[in-house]
Amino acid sequence: MSIPISEPSSTVLELRHVSQRFGTQSVLRDVSFQVRVGETLVLIGESGCGKSVTTKLLAGLLNPTQGNVLWDGRSVSTLPNVELRRQRLRFGYLFQGAALFDSLDVFENVAFGLRENRRLREAEVRDIVHQRLKDVGLPTATATKRPSELSGGMKKRVGLARALALSPEVMFYDEPTTGLDPVMSDVINELILRTRERQSVTSVVVTHDMHTVRRVADRVVMLYPLNRLGPNESQIVFEGTAAEAFTSDDERVSDFIRGDATRRVQEMAA
Amino acid sequence: MSAVLPKQPARTLIHEVGRVVIDGVVAVGDLSGFISRMISQLPRMPRGKVLWPIMHDVGVQSLPVILVTGLFIGMVLAIQTYDTLRMMHVESRLGSVINVSLVKELGPVLAATMLAGRIGSRIAAEIGTMRVTEQIDALQALGADPIGYLVVPRFLACFWLIPTLTILADAIGMLGGWMLSVHALGISEHYYWYYSDGYVTAFDVLSGVAKSLSFGAAIAIIACHRGFHCGAGAEGVGRAATEAFVYSFIAILALDFLLGVAFLHLYRLLYGGMMLV
Repeated sequence: MSIPISEPSSTVLELRHVSQRFGTQSVLRDVSFQVRVGETLVLIGESGCGKSVTTKLLAGLLNPTQGNVLWDGRSVSTLPNVELRRQRLRFGYLFQGAALFDSLDVFENVAFGLRENRRLREAEVRDIVHQRLKDVGLPTATATKRPSELSGGMKKRVGLARALALSPEVMFYDEPTTGLDPVMSDVINELILRTRERQSVTSVVVTHDMHTVRRVADRVVMLYPLNRLGPNESQIVFEGTAAEAFTSDDERVSDFIRGDATRRVQEMAA
Repeated sequence: MSAVLPKQPARTLIHEVGRVVIDGVVAVGDLSGFISRMISQLPRMPRGKVLWPIMHDVGVQSLPVILVTGLFIGMVLAIQTYDTLRMMHVESRLGSVINVSLVKELGPVLAATMLAGRIGSRIAAEIGTMRVTEQIDALQALGADPIGYLVVPRFLACFWLIPTLTILADAIGMLGGWMLSVHALGISEHYYWYYSDGYVTAFDVLSGVAKSLSFGAAIAIIACHRGFHCGAGAEGVGRAATEAFVYSFIAILALDFLLGVAFLHLYRLLYGGMMLV
């Protein structure tokens, strides 16, 4: 069950009429929505509809082809590089495949952000790294392992520990439970909730996992692939609470939530 | 509801030429931007913990291949040149031909070519894999500049160590040439070194080193750039590694020609007249 948020009010992140193209391929078209302080916003939608691109735009890891990304009401495109990098440290990002640095062990992976951005003594770095590993349920002995020695679930947890090391205000989770067994998926869901509880972070979660939606979402935004939309149709086909998403009349939303491919198969046959 | 896509007009030769020109301009602009971003990061020296493993990989790990390359260049030069010089009854000058060719031309070019294959492809594959697995995004998300963290140390390692390796290749090539000339072809050791000393000037050595500095810079920049622009998946990484070698090789040949012309003019300006070899 999701934790109720007391009056989520001010906007921390916003996409305003954002379009994104890669070469000739258009991924996002005129997408606008807001992320409010303290809430957990879950982005759902079919593979290839632009969810990961959307989170990268929100995190300032991509520049939009058109439109504006706003952080606390300020357009990211107007920020000087130094300010952009400083602001980006307010965000933590758990990547789909964890994106751990292969050449570094777990300790150095988690310590990376601290070494790059904070002037801390080695003892302080060690304390923070061990605390973050403990927070995600990993023993201290994991610190000496290489990413190649870890299971998928452990990699995700190290990725989360690394993202949390800098105490971010906003966490992005890109398909945090993909490729994990149901128990490990729930461990990750629990960590998302616990992170929000302990550090009161705003969260943006990209997922296909309806169990994750049920457990963590305050609000849900569903994107639809551009190649299946008409020229004037909005790419955001649903925006509302998790409860509303699960009772939506829109076939595109209900089909996705139920995992019902009947209409899609008919379309393919036609 | 499915979108109805407008019918694409037929592509003509003008479209294709236009596309090639636009792609070329975009590529040059992109590479220039990449280089200028790298130069802006150069004053911030990378941490030793980041730089030393890369220098070890570029320098120490390349030693065997570079020494073997140098040795064979020297020996092949001796074999190939001996008969021609003997026909002109000047075989005693074999040392000068081997050593001038090695120091000015073959040493820098062949060593750089070998290193483009060993180091350039590896750098492109390494950075390309980081791109594909979102590790470069992770660097950015953790407040590091990917150019500063990945490109600058590799550039410095190649820029410093490729000339060093080239000097070693030259030295071992000279040794290989001497060994074959003196011990197999019967050239007098005295004349071998006498003519080598007489013909190989400081200008030749410096021009060879200057060439290898530029080759080192070109290999690092091209390999890193290809890695950063790697396409998706294993195919993308493989293509980036291949492109890194092919483009580096073309750059080495082009730079060799341009610098060869520039040094010729510089020599005439400094010393007057034609170069001896």
